[in-house]
Amino acid sequence: MGLATFKGGVHPYEGKELSENKPTQILMPKGDMVYPMSQHIGAPAAPLVKKGDKVLAGQKIGEASGFISANVICSVSGTVKAVEPRRVASGAMVNSVVVENDGEYQSVEGMGTDRDPSKLSKQEIRDIVKEAGIVGLGGAGFPTHVKLTPKNENAIEYVLVNAAECEPYLTSDYRMMLEEPEKLIGGLKVMLQLFEKAKGVIGIENNKPEAIKKLQEMVKDEPRIEVCELMTKYPQGGERSLINAITGRKVNSSMLPADAGCIVDNVDTVIAIYMAVCKTTPLMRRIVTVTGDAIANPQNYNVKIGTNFQELVEAAGGFKSEPEKLIAGGPMMGMALFGLDIPVTKTNSALLCMTKDEVAANEPTPCIRCGKCVSVCPSHIVPVMMMKAALKGDCERFEKLNGMECVECGSCAFICPAKRPLTQAFKEMRKTVAANRRKKA
Amino acid sequence: MSKLLNVSASPHVRSKETTQSIMADVCIAMLPATAFGVFQFGFHALLVLIVTVAACVLSEYVFQKMMKLPLTVSDMSAVVTGMILALNMPANIPLWIPALGGIFAIIVVKQLYGGIGQNFMNPALAGRCFLLISFAGKMSDFAMDGWTGATPLAQLKAGETVDVAAMFIGKIPGTIGEVSVIALLIGGIYLAVKKVISLRIPVTYILTVAVFAFIFGKQDMTYVIAHICGGGLVFGAFFMATDYVTSPITPKGQIVFGVLLGILTGLFRIFGGSAEGVSYAIIISNLLVPLIERFTLPTAFGKEGKKS
Repeated sequence: MGLATFKGGVHPYEGKELSENKPTQILMPKGDMVYPMSQHIGAPAAPLVKKGDKVLAGQKIGEASGFISANVICSVSGTVKAVEPRRVASGAMVNSVVVENDGEYQSVEGMGTDRDPSKLSKQEIRDIVKEAGIVGLGGAGFPTHVKLTPKNENAIEYVLVNAAECEPYLTSDYRMMLEEPEKLIGGLKVMLQLFEKAKGVIGIENNKPEAIKKLQEMVKDEPRIEVCELMTKYPQGGERSLINAITGRKVNSSMLPADAGCIVDNVDTVIAIYMAVCKTTPLMRRIVTVTGDAIANPQNYNVKIGTNFQELVEAAGGFKSEPEKLIAGGPMMGMALFGLDIPVTKTNSALLCMTKDEVAANEPTPCIRCGKCVSVCPSHIVPVMMMKAALKGDCERFEKLNGMECVECGSCAFICPAKRPLTQAFKEMRKTVAANRRKKA
Repeated sequence: MSKLLNVSASPHVRSKETTQSIMADVCIAMLPATAFGVFQFGFHALLVLIVTVAACVLSEYVFQKMMKLPLTVSDMSAVVTGMILALNMPANIPLWIPALGGIFAIIVVKQLYGGIGQNFMNPALAGRCFLLISFAGKMSDFAMDGWTGATPLAQLKAGETVDVAAMFIGKIPGTIGEVSVIALLIGGIYLAVKKVISLRIPVTYILTVAVFAFIFGKQDMTYVIAHICGGGLVFGAFFMATDYVTSPITPKGQIVFGVLLGILTGLFRIFGGSAEGVSYAIIISNLLVPLIERFTLPTAFGKEGKKS
């Protein structure tokens, strides 16, 4: 049998060599810290502080305001300067708490103390994860405590650690696996404590042999944990692709991974669970890969959430050549930025600075029906036909073609020889269809 | 940062492959067969090639200029059409015939239906069939120095024996590009290795013809191999049936398409009046592509089984 993988996918230029051998450096913030109240999927958090309040590192400054919502934690000590809308990576203005950093990093009482997870009940663990403001750090930002509370916890057979890191250029998860593997294993054990019937599997793409070796060595005496080597192929780290590769099960858009007996969390999320449960430290940091051919010294940074992106660029030696496109995240699914005056949030895995925009450099030409989009689609749908529906704005046809099964991974638009903006059109259509459904409901 | 940044929705990277690079690969893949044809049939074959390609490219250029359409000549698709059409010509054809075929292929079959990606039939083959019907005599006159002009398939139909090894190498009468199986296979493998084509259509097509010939023709290996090597089947299977625009995009559809082609070709060859049938089989199957696609849409990931 070959390596575990899924059907479809593409092989973009990886670009990981720029930063994969750079140990993470701690980056201390200089300027004001900005904490958007919406760094997750679901209802925005409600601010708990007002202008002039003194805050401490580790203090909850935003309270989850619904079932699917997450707390926001302050990562420095200082004074609240304002509570106002600020620009975030997506380009939207989001209500945010702005804190003037006093540089002392005084933390809330008890932060950092060791805790023995075996003495905690399941509910206590879930509450700790919720209080710590942990969300899916792979990019989606789904509140982790919700994920850890499935309808039937005995039906969970797999706790999967998504260590594929299939997005090109990104190396933050890889660095964490090399630098803090014991925290990763520790976090996974806490999760396995919640799901007694489950097996823990760490899925890693085989372009990270050192991480595979290291973790295999560490789990050899762990009966409930194993490392699964995955084929290097994008989007191997997509939740549905990962579940399929490791367990052979299939999850569609109307299912949750829990419906297939799986809980999936990415490397940094599992480490965040460990830090919250075992070290009494809420989610305050983020590992960010600053990379691309426009940046002077590509680097991995351990950044306090709320730090301005401009500081990341300065730390990495600035631009060595004029960037044409800046991307928060990877090149396949990341968001292009309007500017650098935005804060690092929970889900910002990278800042990619590119001197050339391959999308702008290629004018779309007529479709030649080569069918490559069909063969690479991990959702096994037919992008070429969906595009026709999208161009006509035909939502009904788009839905009939299973357009809502699209995971917006970008494989079709990547492979298209006619350079047609397929994924881009589908994002638009999916939003429209979802909005129509809400209207009807 | 003095200038404005580019902002667009993801993905932000693109593969290097373009329509032009694919078309260039198809041209490269036809070079061995072209070289063999020119080597075997002489200088006039080269003239046919040049005239046909020129007719296709020029008619595309002139049409788009006249209609004030964006020029797409640089995508090289007209060159591919021209080459395929030329390789489907007998070497001693008067030059005005392939030129006329090229103009018909590009203007009537391709441009009038909306240009690249919109034609419902393979333009080169439609051009060839147009010429076959209009100038039947000249189009099937393969008499050259030293050859009587009867193609192996015609001999086979007449109950004569054929030299399979000569067919494989290409030492037989026929159109410029169809004769040498080995040269065509080199090109076909190049296309498959470069992932320009998948082998689904050519392999199912050729296998179906073989099975059909075995069942309805003669239960004789030489006979079956002659059917595979003769009549431009290899040329059609690798270079014409795999034309993106006129073949199914769905993987299952490609297999259905290959089988359909094989059955039609077998029917035309064994039960039809003519000894050949590849061209007609392909253009008839082209017409059924939308139907085939409709019934072979892949099942969306995770929607298999009864639930849906």
